[in-house]
Parts: sequence; C-alpha cells; structure tokens
Amino acid sequence: MSDWFAFAWANLPALLHGTVYTLEIWVVAMLGGFVAGWVLAVGRVYGDPISRKLATGYIELIRGTPLLVQMFIVYQGLPQIGIVFSPLVAAMVAIGINTAAYQAEYFRAGIRSVRPGQLAAGRAIGLTYIQTIGHIVLPQAWRIALPQWSNEVIIELKYTSVAFAISVPELMGQAKMIGADSFKYFQIFLVAAMIYLVLVSAVTLLLDVIERRYALRQ
Amino acid sequence: MTGSATQLMRVSHLTKRFGEHTVLDDVSLDVTAGEVKGIIGPSGAGKSTLIRCLNGLEPIDAGEIWLDDTELTARKADMDALRSRIGFVFQDFNLFTHLTVADNLMLGLRRVRGLKRAEAETIARRELDRVGLAEKWRAYPAELSGGQQQRVSIARALAMQPELMLFDEPTSALDPESVGSVLRVMRELVAEGMTMIIVSHEMAFIEAVADDVLFMAEGRVVEEGSARQIFHEAREQRTRGFIDGIAAALVGEADDPGQAR
Repeated sequence: MSDWFAFAWANLPALLHGTVYTLEIWVVAMLGGFVAGWVLAVGRVYGDPISRKLATGYIELIRGTPLLVQMFIVYQGLPQIGIVFSPLVAAMVAIGINTAAYQAEYFRAGIRSVRPGQLAAGRAIGLTYIQTIGHIVLPQAWRIALPQWSNEVIIELKYTSVAFAISVPELMGQAKMIGADSFKYFQIFLVAAMIYLVLVSAVTLLLDVIERRYALRQ
Repeated sequence: MTGSATQLMRVSHLTKRFGEHTVLDDVSLDVTAGEVKGIIGPSGAGKSTLIRCLNGLEPIDAGEIWLDDTELTARKADMDALRSRIGFVFQDFNLFTHLTVADNLMLGLRRVRGLKRAEAETIARRELDRVGLAEKWRAYPAELSGGQQQRVSIARALAMQPELMLFDEPTSALDPESVGSVLRVMRELVAEGMTMIIVSHEMAFIEAVADDVLFMAEGRVVEEGSARQIFHEAREQRTRGFIDGIAAALVGEADDPGQAR
C-alpha cells in the first residue's frame, strides 16, 4: 500500500501537469461550444429556411459521427488542405465543434419550452421582436436548459481524455506514458480516474450552486 | 379620418379567420377618451381574439383599427411604437418569470422608452405603489400569489403610461379571494379616468363600471348599449338569454364581487 502511495506521489506532478491541459481544452471547447451552440439554436428556431437547414445539417452531421473521427479529421485531415493545428489546438477545435452541436440542441429545447405568453407580453409592452427574443426568450431558455447543459459540461470534461489519441499530454495522455514506462498501468489509471472524479465533483458542486440560484426564476 | 376630438380608438368592419373558421365577423366599435367599455358574451364568442387584435397581437384579415389618428392596420404601421401606447393585461398575467417585479416594470421603460435606470425606477416604484405592492419590489413572480401577479402585470402596463388599457379576462385565472384585490385596482383606474376595454365574466363589475357594453356571440356584436340597457333592458333575445342564464347561475350567491360604485 505504501508502495502504491509512493508511486502515485512521485508521479503526481506529471499528472497534474496533464490536468492543466485537460482543463484548458475543456474550458476553451465549452466556451466556444456555448457561443456556437446559441448561434445554431437561434438559427434553427428563428432563422430563414436556409439557416435552419444549415444549422440542422451541422447538428445531425456532428451528432451522427464519433468524436474521435472528428478529431482526426481536424488534426490529420485538415493539414492536407493547408490548415494545420498543434495537437492541443486541434483537440480544442474538435471538442468545441462537437459540443456545439449538443449544446445547440439543449438550448433549442429551452427556447421551445418558453411559454408563448411570455413572447406576447414582451410585444405588448412595445418591445420589438428581436428585443423580446434577447431580453425574454433566451434568458428563460437558458434557465430551462441549465440542468441538461450541466450534464453536457460534465460529459465533455471526461471526453477531453480522447485528446491523448492525437498526442496531447493531458491527464489521460500523461497516465498512459507513465504506465508505459513503469508497467504499473493499473495503479496509474486508478490515480488518473481519481483526479477526474475530483474534477467532476468540483464542477458538479459549482453547477448545483448555479442551478439553485436560478431555480426560482424559471 | 378621425372623428370627434375625443375619439381614441375606432374599429371598423374587423374580420378575423382561423383557417375556414370566421372568429370575428364584421366587428365595429368606437372608444372615446375616458370611456370604459365592457365586452361580455359566452365562451367562444371571439371576445379575447377581438381584444388581442386591438393591439396587433393577432393579425386581422379585413377591416381597420385606428388609434387616435394612426392606423394600426396600415401596412407600414410601427406596431412596436403603437403597442407601447396600449396597455394589455393577460388572463394568465404573463409576468416575465426570470425578472424581479422591479425589472418587469422597468424593462419597457428602459428598452422601449430609453429611460435611464433612475428615471425608470421612479416611475416603476410609483406604479407598483399604486397597485399596493411596493414591498414586492425585489420579489420574483413565482413568490407572488395569482392576484399579486395580476396587480403587478397591471402596474407593468401602467408604467408605460398608456393611452388605453385592454383587459383580457383579468380575473378568470384567479382564486375567488384574489379577484377582489384586482377589481379594486381596476376600479381605481376607472375613477382616475383611464380609457379601458374590459373582457370579463365578472358581470356585476362590468355593470358597475362600464359606460358602454358590447354583447358578443359567435364572432359578432349582437348588441351594444349602456350597462343598464344590456343588463336590464336588452333588445335582443340572445342578450337577454345570456344575462338571464348568468343570473340564474348566480342565484344563492349573496355577495356581489363588484360592489356597487
């Protein structure tokens, strides 16, 4: 047991270094996906027929193909047409593209769930259509989508681990390298799993606080 | 095109269809400044559709609606500006659920009127006080009773300083204890001379406050006249049948929710 702790302790700096990459990929991908997700959701609900089809096509394409395939297309496919990303940036772009589609669907469901009377009330006080969407529908859609969105945030935190496949030295990548050097795969993956668990628990607590704050305001 | 100087709203030959079904058939009415007009009639008569047409929440198929000397139904009408001159109170309140009472009242003042926060706050506090809910300034709609929500929604409409207030069955979604508080606020508006069009099933209240009453059935105005005429001396058999039916249903209910003026 003390061997185990000594091994974990000795490799903790490398794993934590990897965790920094994990968090970087996650934050950038989630923020990018958040902005793109809203654009797609609004385009799909309120857009003209062409934007609706484009948004729907994007969402179906991304949801219909594996994240790993998307990531290899970004990292190894795009260089053939002259677009070259570092492994870290490629992981951010690929996971961002992926989560955008899922976030868009949660936001769209939120928009659809806002009661029609809210829109009528906004128009009745003289707000324009655009103002009503911006000040009333989208803020309410966000609150409705929040529980589903929280789920997506947590899932994506764990999905950053696929970035090891394009040689990003994030948490999973570091664990794999340490395992290959030491042959202590079982031990090192357990430590990595515990770090993921701690990260997810912290994020879950934070999301709970946010959800509680908004609970009254739906 | 406008009539006398005091004429505020004129509706002529309004027709509205939902698909094949004609919900409003050649409806005309005039509203003079300071007038309180009641609209009564059985369910499905088109009362709510009519009042929603009056501020453009429902598009119409034929006819004209004028507010003062501006035609709402003109193709180039600035509907947003026109709506901000007409207050609308919904049956189910429709307070903005994600905003505090304060922000419900200030949203239109800030975004439509372009007022600064301090100016909007002064007006909003005054209107909230007017409906007797000053202490609910920081509350969210979900923390209020139905009657309180409806009073806030009246204050939200009043904050825009409308020339005309439309009420679409304002007490139909309320429990009986709340009805009185909402009617009391409306009665104060009547006393202040506000121009109002009220769709309601509160017959005693309509009889007490309305200068003029429209009885509608099947999308048509069957009869229009003073409250006294409609409730006691109706010319049309259809009107008498409706009034007598209501009276029969109310037998045994001693108290009068409208309280005589």
